[in-house]
Amino acid sequence: MFGKLTLNSVPWHEPIIMVVFAGIVIGGLAVLSLITWFGKWRYLWDEWLTSVDHKRIGVMYVILAFIMLLRGFSDAIMMRGQQAIAANDAAGYLPPHHYDQVFTAHGVIMIFFMAMPFAIGLMNIVMPLQIGARDVAFPFVNSLSFWLTAGGAILINISLVVGEFAKTGWLAYPPLSELGYSPDVGVDYYIWALQLSGIGTTLSGVNLITTIMKMRARGMNMMRVPVFTWTTLVANVLIVASFPILTATLVLLTLDRYLGFHFFTVDGGGNPMMYINLIWAWGHPEVYILILPAFGIFSEVISTFSGKPLFGYKSMVYATVCIGVLSFLVWVHHFFTMGAGADVNAVFGITTMIISIPTGVKIFNWLFTMYRGKVRLTPPVLWTIGFMITFTIGGMTGVLLAVPGADFQLHNSLFLIAHFHNVIIGGVLFGYLAGFAYWFPKVFGFKLNERWGKASFFCWIVGFYMAFMPLYVLGFMGMTRRINHYDNPDWQPWLIFAACGAVVIAAGIACQLIQLVVSIRDRKALADTTGDPWDGRTLEWSVSSPPPFYNFAEEPEVTELDAYWDTKQRNRKGPAKPYGPIHMPKSTGAGFVLAMLGLVVGFALVWHIWWLAIAGFAITVVGIITHTFSTDRDYDVPAEEVARIEALTAPRPMMEA
Amino acid sequence: MSSSTLANHGAHGAAVHHEDDHHHDVDGTTQLGFWIYLMSDCIIFATLFATYAVLAGATDGGPTGRELFELGFVFIETMFLLASSGTCGLAMLASDRGDADKVSFWLKITFVLGACFIAMEVYEFQHLIHEGASPQRSAFLSAFFTLVGTHGLHVTAGLVWMGVLMFQIKRFGVGGFMTRRLATFSMFWHFLDVVWICVFTLVYLKGAM
Repeated sequence: MFGKLTLNSVPWHEPIIMVVFAGIVIGGLAVLSLITWFGKWRYLWDEWLTSVDHKRIGVMYVILAFIMLLRGFSDAIMMRGQQAIAANDAAGYLPPHHYDQVFTAHGVIMIFFMAMPFAIGLMNIVMPLQIGARDVAFPFVNSLSFWLTAGGAILINISLVVGEFAKTGWLAYPPLSELGYSPDVGVDYYIWALQLSGIGTTLSGVNLITTIMKMRARGMNMMRVPVFTWTTLVANVLIVASFPILTATLVLLTLDRYLGFHFFTVDGGGNPMMYINLIWAWGHPEVYILILPAFGIFSEVISTFSGKPLFGYKSMVYATVCIGVLSFLVWVHHFFTMGAGADVNAVFGITTMIISIPTGVKIFNWLFTMYRGKVRLTPPVLWTIGFMITFTIGGMTGVLLAVPGADFQLHNSLFLIAHFHNVIIGGVLFGYLAGFAYWFPKVFGFKLNERWGKASFFCWIVGFYMAFMPLYVLGFMGMTRRINHYDNPDWQPWLIFAACGAVVIAAGIACQLIQLVVSIRDRKALADTTGDPWDGRTLEWSVSSPPPFYNFAEEPEVTELDAYWDTKQRNRKGPAKPYGPIHMPKSTGAGFVLAMLGLVVGFALVWHIWWLAIAGFAITVVGIITHTFSTDRDYDVPAEEVARIEALTAPRPMMEA
Repeated sequence: MSSSTLANHGAHGAAVHHEDDHHHDVDGTTQLGFWIYLMSDCIIFATLFATYAVLAGATDGGPTGRELFELGFVFIETMFLLASSGTCGLAMLASDRGDADKVSFWLKITFVLGACFIAMEVYEFQHLIHEGASPQRSAFLSAFFTLVGTHGLHVTAGLVWMGVLMFQIKRFGVGGFMTRRLATFSMFWHFLDVVWICVFTLVYLKGAM
């Protein structure tokens, strides 16, 4: 009846998990009762869960990212705590089987359920506004994509309490991830959580590319597209070109585990190294999917707050496209030690080093944008400057690792861990937090408190250097990754120092949360009535904050790069024409329902509850077919309604005074 | 239709426009989106082809492709699928003329040809398993069943899609959004044909050599 699922699947005697479980139950009940108390269920369902508005969906992506950041960070601080104490005779507080789940969950959550939703959320919110569109190309698919990602995130969190998570590391290398060595449900949770969210990500790639190609405002040719939209385009091309590899590879692993196939087994002619090639053929483009939007954010931020057009716009675009292409030509550098031979390793070492050239171009472009500009040191700019320094260091250690000879020594050491956290925290995360602070007033209509924003930045950057610079040293001292216990006393002081760094980062996260609370409290004082709080350059600043649900009452016409700046310079008035009716998609619960069915099927497959999996799949198919019969999908907003909303919300420019 | 969109966004951008321009070209957008989706599917097949290429020799002492594949049988199977692409094209021509009856007629033929293809594939699979050449036998057979089976699952999904379309033609006719749906279906069906040609060449012909 319930497959492998029994009452004993819940780890009752693991105090850490049970305390967390109790916390989740109490917190969850509190949230649910609050919603009921304030009678907000209807509002939640109508305005959010069924919304196909790209801005709402984007906000939900970012909320998901923040929740998962907290989860992933608690894993991180647990690991730092364990390694700080587990030297010599001390065993620490995390037994190996738990520690292994923690480092696996940390990696999976931070990449798939923190960084990816954050990136896609910002793209969703900003990109249609930047190109003068009223929504994305396929609003329903957008809602489905989000809920599939959320379904994957829910599944991975269920694994915390029901059963266990993978103990394999975040990429689940076989043969360890094969049934023989991982007979429990951990790897199955891993597989189905990633499949759900991976399908969501691929669909959103298709959607966002189509939006950029087909829905740009009149006159916005590709060389007038804002840089963030350019990086969104290239990142989504990478998504569509690489996520199917992940999907296919995980299907092959599934067939091995569920049906006894021999793709990656050591017997039957299988080839485990093929998995490692395939997973990195996805995995390397993936890191560029994460960093390119961050590059786009830095470009927007630095040009806005320097009051200057971006230096070298064209070279920025070409560098982005170059990085996109090169990202597919370097995957072998993740396993130089596989034994492909000196020639192969040399080729991939060189292609890896070549990527640093377009990246260097970008760094100089940002520096030259700031040069002789009136730089305003707001939190987004602080994140950007912090990024430029930190990412350059991370880039240089990356070039060191790209030398195959050096890599043989440093492979899988803490040097590697320090390197990729250096580029992912210092590049990706700083970028998204910069974008968060930069576009927050556009989305919610009030600015974030700057004092707490700056406090958060300084805690993050100091904490980052404290937590990760010791790891470079430990890497040189020979400490490998994923260690639960060690007997080398020389390592301990460095690990204690790193743990202190993690605490400082925790303070940074706390500042971020306090900043939100304080800013919501002071929202009247921080309100942005102009729609253009930073003296921005691109079209998203030309509409009110928050924008009306249809974004643009009149489709903008673009004649220059930095379209809105151009409008302000020429002091052009808004449209004199009367408003026309606006065609908009209707909300639908179909995306939410289909994705939750997907979650049920995923859970059933993890626990081998076959009847439920089959029933869930059948209902899903019937649901999709039924959805194709509903033709009532869009409507016209009448011109009078548009006029009414515009009169209420239209931006009141402060400069004309 | 798509060329007018391009012109709209291209050099003539701001020159001429009228109210209709506000509704972005839905057909063109759907088709581009579906093309991009097909390319993502293409990458899935590329991954499976690459896997098959790596594992084709890994028979682990079990049967090889040369011993297993019956080219004559697969050739007939192939002809069914190729013919179904032709009839699918005829259905699209009828759709362009707005002739709902003809569209239904040609879709029915396409459905039958596609179903024959699937029936032959299922027969081949159960025959191979019966002979002991199951996907659990060796890495080569795992890769073979997965590649060919994934294509088969796509064709099966196409058959379900076709069934829904035939029903919807009765209800909605062939104009408007149905034209768009028929067009995306035909893209899907031709795409599967192209993939099968690669399967036939790289798996069966090469394997039987």
